[in-house]
Amino acid sequence: MKNPEGEHTEIDLLLETIYQRYGYDFRSYARASIVRRTMLFRSNAGCASVSEMIPRIIDDEDFASHLIRYFSIAVTESFRDPLVYRAVREKVIPLLRTWPHCKIWHAGCATGEEVYSLAIVLKEEGIYDRTTIYATDFNNEALDRARAGIYEIGKLKEATRNYQQAGGKRSFSEYYHARYQAAAMDKALNERVVFSSHNLASDSAFGEMHLVFCRNVLIYFNHDLQNRALGLFTESLVHGGFLCLGTKEDLQFSDFSDRYELVDKNARIYKKKNWP
Amino acid sequence: MRKKEAHQSAVCPILHKAVVMGGSAGGFKAFSTILSSISPDFRLPILIVQHLRPDDDGLFARHLAGTVRVPVIEPCDKQWIKAGHLYVAPANYHMLVEQNGTIALSVEEKVNWSRPSIDVLFESAALALGERIIAVILSGANADGAAGMLTIKEAGGLTIVQDPATAEYPVMPQAAIDSGAVDEVLSMEEIGRRLIELGSRNLDELHSVTL
Repeated sequence: MKNPEGEHTEIDLLLETIYQRYGYDFRSYARASIVRRTMLFRSNAGCASVSEMIPRIIDDEDFASHLIRYFSIAVTESFRDPLVYRAVREKVIPLLRTWPHCKIWHAGCATGEEVYSLAIVLKEEGIYDRTTIYATDFNNEALDRARAGIYEIGKLKEATRNYQQAGGKRSFSEYYHARYQAAAMDKALNERVVFSSHNLASDSAFGEMHLVFCRNVLIYFNHDLQNRALGLFTESLVHGGFLCLGTKEDLQFSDFSDRYELVDKNARIYKKKNWP
Repeated sequence: MRKKEAHQSAVCPILHKAVVMGGSAGGFKAFSTILSSISPDFRLPILIVQHLRPDDDGLFARHLAGTVRVPVIEPCDKQWIKAGHLYVAPANYHMLVEQNGTIALSVEEKVNWSRPSIDVLFESAALALGERIIAVILSGANADGAAGMLTIKEAGGLTIVQDPATAEYPVMPQAAIDSGAVDEVLSMEEIGRRLIELGSRNLDELHSVTL
């Protein structure tokens, strides 16, 4: 086996090159996963070493954009973890109602399935019309797909089941139009959604929020970058605002645990404490 | 099957840091049989991947907790790995070992049609701990884990499989053997004894170093 120290140095140089040349910052991503993806990409690309990839990253934009896309994991599904949407319905929305206007930041929305899921819950609870959802991601390709809201028809079965388990009040088929091999989400669902490019690794907070929804995004970051992102969320949230993380992401392992109280353990929903 | 010479490890002892294990069909029985023999003073962390249904919701971990005597944890991302604790990869997440001694979870695409995947855990463990890892493959009906075993073997770690003849589903241990990555082929009872021996030898040597 190759000297692992040497391999790590090569990967550091690769990530630095991507950052310098294209501005995408993967230097603070969770190491084990980025190493794994680099190695897979290297062997698929037929490069003998990670170093060999570096000149290609500099000269070949297609090669670089493939790698950047390969690093940008966009895995999501409608009503992923139904219990979370149930908890949002039961424990978050009753408090969101008390504000005259409600602003939600859906950070790392990927291809947007969960943006539409959240919009459906807000609609059914009757507060969608006084809500603005800022749905952001650094992956513009994913963002375009989120904006279009057109998904594979094969995913509808699971989405429908998830919707029902999430406490859906109607029939899921009321929210999309199926045609050929695709299902287009009802346009009314993104009327109050602003899709926008935002990078949690480099951009700043942009407004006061009542709910930050950021699920299975922080797991791709290392401890420092995770804390940077949580810093942005904490800065954005009003006192008593909510933070909803992935079901296996726990503030206990970050620097921000004392800034929040737990609202729902399984759904990983937190509420920002009043700070003196 | 080739067995690592006992005197070799006595001459050049390796202080193992963790045990990683993988199982699939028939895995629950194998895991509970082997791990129930581990006593609470076992000093190594154990990280396991069992192929689970996406809607498992912690059920496998809770069942396992009912049969073993060490603390069973279905970890969160970035949780510290502690000695003597048993970490079970949650359904629908890959579980990886980071070099800083924490667990990383990921929702990357499935590997060998599986998430969690044994290969993903084993390869990350090889990278983080190299020769200080002990890897075990148990009963299962696909070939997940074989590539990971090879990576661990190449990194100098110790590789053990359940004897396919004693496994409810022999495909997975057999695939690992066929990859040429396996040091020891043992029955479930022998695997339990071997882990205890390695875990406690580790403790004795640590004592002799620190005393």
